[in-house]
Amino acid sequence: MHHIISIKEITREEIDEILDRASAIDQGAFDPDALKRKILAILFFEPSTRTQMSFASAMLRLGGKVINLGSVETSSIVKGETLADTISVVSGYADAIVLRHPKEGAARLASEFSTVPVINAGDGAGQHPSQTLLDLFTIRQSMPLDGIDVGFLGDLRYGRTAHSLAVALSRYGVRIHTITPKGLELPPSLTDDLLDGGTEIVVHEHLEDIISELDVLYVTRIQRERFPDPGAYASIASGYRVTPEVLTDVSDRFILMHPLPRVDEIDTRVDALSCARYFQQARNGVPVRMAMLQKVLS
Amino acid sequence: MKGKPEDGLLISPIRNGTVIDHIDAGEGLSVLRILGIIGRTTEALSVATNVESRQMGRKDIVKIENRELLKEEVDRISLIAPKASINIIRNFHVERKIGVEIPSEVIGVIRCPNPGCISNANEPIDSSFACQPRGYRCRYCETLITRDIASYII
Repeated sequence: MHHIISIKEITREEIDEILDRASAIDQGAFDPDALKRKILAILFFEPSTRTQMSFASAMLRLGGKVINLGSVETSSIVKGETLADTISVVSGYADAIVLRHPKEGAARLASEFSTVPVINAGDGAGQHPSQTLLDLFTIRQSMPLDGIDVGFLGDLRYGRTAHSLAVALSRYGVRIHTITPKGLELPPSLTDDLLDGGTEIVVHEHLEDIISELDVLYVTRIQRERFPDPGAYASIASGYRVTPEVLTDVSDRFILMHPLPRVDEIDTRVDALSCARYFQQARNGVPVRMAMLQKVLS
Repeated sequence: MKGKPEDGLLISPIRNGTVIDHIDAGEGLSVLRILGIIGRTTEALSVATNVESRQMGRKDIVKIENRELLKEEVDRISLIAPKASINIIRNFHVERKIGVEIPSEVIGVIRCPNPGCISNANEPIDSSFACQPRGYRCRYCETLITRDIASYII
């Protein structure tokens, strides 16, 4: 039985296999009845409309069916049922489970109690492998992953999408550049993991210092609640805002990514530039999740 | 334990039981805690703390009468006293010496420091940590404990 819990335990070969399959699917090469008679249980213990919809869409496009937990408030969870019990029960109803849960490590626990494959669709501040795979897929649509220069801008301390992507990219000999406000740098344990794996990490104070050398810039939101003073937030956030002016010297193959939703960290004027890939990135969620479902259900 | 002759013995030998020697200074009470010896106990215990040691400068020693530690208990001790040596005593003689080995996995011994970790919720699982070169990594949330491990003992 194959679970997809954490990007850390997916090998480069497995990543490439999923991305190759997603590429084929994206070009229309897939069997619309591939998962006919299969049922996917979607268990979202916290709201995430887009992830939920794109998993449902992926399953339906492959001919499968979807059953849903529905609202947590009306389920047995409010009666105090453990996640372990919920998973034991639901794995009798479906052929695979997609789980989103506010507690870190919830998907790992689910995989220990489930009799069917579990896909982690985000567990608290922890892992979100489908997001990482669609991020990799988006980069690969423009360039090979090996040896590229990837910048991470914004909140790298709490931004889980950036953490997982950095870990995945470390398998491809990528050079990582970080541009963050003080206090929102990569967590030391992650930095150590990346350095141990031989990844080069270069820290920059200003985006302007490095932007012309980047192949990819991955922007994450700096959250207001990380700063005690709204004035401090405003002045710091404005220094990390991406505008068309900042992007004048970028390389020809440069792309700009963001896991969305954005607030004001990317100027809307940037949307019209050919390097802006964040909406494409969101669309890529469906073929990548189709490839993931095929991997665990085939 | 071998101080100057005029000092005499700091704690007396035991007839039967376990002597845990070469514990890092100050960790003796944590060793007891990791063995589940807390609060009231029926075991006769001796704890010497900050005694002189030729090898370690200062060290702690714990003697537990009438209890022979099991291998898994010994391995738990490695979390906080990796240099400890354990002697099983029978009739005042060292019956057996057991070296401390760091296990590859520690289950149900330490609590994850991350309050958002599922292992701290009301679920039917034990905490589980993989022992890695830089510390202990939670199987569930992947938090890495690199120091002050004694404070996380359940």
